[in-house]
Amino acid sequence: MAKVVGFNGNAAVAYAMKQINPDVVAAYPITPQTDCVERFAEYVSEGLVDSEFITVESEHSAMSACIGAAAAGGRVMTATAANGLALMWEMLYIAASMRLPIVMMVANRALSGNINIHCDHSDTMGARDAGWIHLFSENAQEAYDNTIQAIKIAEDLGVRLPVMVTQDGFIISHAVERVEILEDEEVKNFIGAYQACYPLLDLNNPVTYGPIDLFDYYFEHKRSQIEAIDNCLPVIERVGKEFGELSGRNYELLEGYRLEDAEYAVVALGSTCGTAREAIDSLREKGKKVGLLKMRCFRPFPRESVIEALSPVKGVAVLDRSVSFGGFGGPLFTEVRSALYDAPSRPLIINFFYGLGGRDIYPEDIEKALERTEEVVKAGKIEQHIDYLGLRE
Amino acid sequence: MDKLKGWKELVPGGLIVEAGNAKEYKTGDWRTEKPELNLEKCIHCFFCWAYCPDGAVIVDAETGKMLAFNYDYCKGCGICASICPAKGAITMVAE
Repeated sequence: MAKVVGFNGNAAVAYAMKQINPDVVAAYPITPQTDCVERFAEYVSEGLVDSEFITVESEHSAMSACIGAAAAGGRVMTATAANGLALMWEMLYIAASMRLPIVMMVANRALSGNINIHCDHSDTMGARDAGWIHLFSENAQEAYDNTIQAIKIAEDLGVRLPVMVTQDGFIISHAVERVEILEDEEVKNFIGAYQACYPLLDLNNPVTYGPIDLFDYYFEHKRSQIEAIDNCLPVIERVGKEFGELSGRNYELLEGYRLEDAEYAVVALGSTCGTAREAIDSLREKGKKVGLLKMRCFRPFPRESVIEALSPVKGVAVLDRSVSFGGFGGPLFTEVRSALYDAPSRPLIINFFYGLGGRDIYPEDIEKALERTEEVVKAGKIEQHIDYLGLRE
Repeated sequence: MDKLKGWKELVPGGLIVEAGNAKEYKTGDWRTEKPELNLEKCIHCFFCWAYCPDGAVIVDAETGKMLAFNYDYCKGCGICASICPAKGAITMVAE
């Protein structure tokens, strides 16, 4: 029997970090992630982990310290949110470019302004082009499970890239839920011993990280980085399956809910998927053929899987919890719509913005989105590509 | 430098995994002007050798004679010509 505990998302990730027992954690507190690193700091002070915990003066320094420690040859973790992630921005690109397998939990929170501490996805979506793998979590259980899997994915010798594990700020990070935890030994065996590639502390084999790289080689290095992240999908799938064998909870790149025979689908990230399940069950009771596509892996974007899942449906409502100002739709909409351009059959797709700055989304909002999608499909054309859920006019 | 490598041949992360390889980077092609040596006027004071930021002045330590410039690494900064006390021994000329 698996051990069941009451954890909020932050506690679940802190506990996973304790079981992972990384060599170095460098972090700076920021709401709603603070609770996670505070708990980890307690594990350090109680001597329950061997980790070197580096308290830094900013997130830019946190990520810089993580990069140094990872290049030195350590297994490294951190956590942040919103403006903290934004302050790391420059260093995020450097961590990915140097192929350092750092794992970071991000408690998704609105990026200013005005200042807001609640959930939306504008923080990690802003970092979507930095070269990190992005795994979204639906609840505290998934935040725990994704954190453990992220170590194995990041450190795979065919990957060697940093991973962001996200959880919706407050909605997941601060809500206590039932979480099944693994034994310490199970986690230890699952992730295995860390094997550093080109560690700076190997004094017999000196290497240089981050040299100047101009027009003669920079482009080739970026091309090899493109190849590296594109090649991650099979590894993420394999690790998800192995984790399923260990825990009974199987993970894929994306997850369909009542999607097999669906005519209309909603696509979402994070905790909203739980709300969407309610909406779908309720519409199914009314005889509507509707389903959910939950995107667990957003980077690399699993194009083929999205085509396979959505090509058969007639209409798709893509829910975006962040804005790409001036762009044609939100980040998720843009990706999904672009992927479906080459699909054998293309559903009509509309974009709904919702939940900015932590505005709650209700099952009725998602029902409304699916009903609107059905209306559009029946009318045969889209008058308005972009719409809003839960917004006052 | 050898033929430039394609992206599939590179070390992941853009790392340099051999030590002491700065000499493989011939910085001489940055030059727009080069120093020319007139040995008849040179007084072999070694000022240019001491001041050169790139170690691009070739001298014979045994005989104490200035020999030549190493154009593989000389960036043409002109410090040698400006500190040279023997007028006309070092002249900067366009490449």
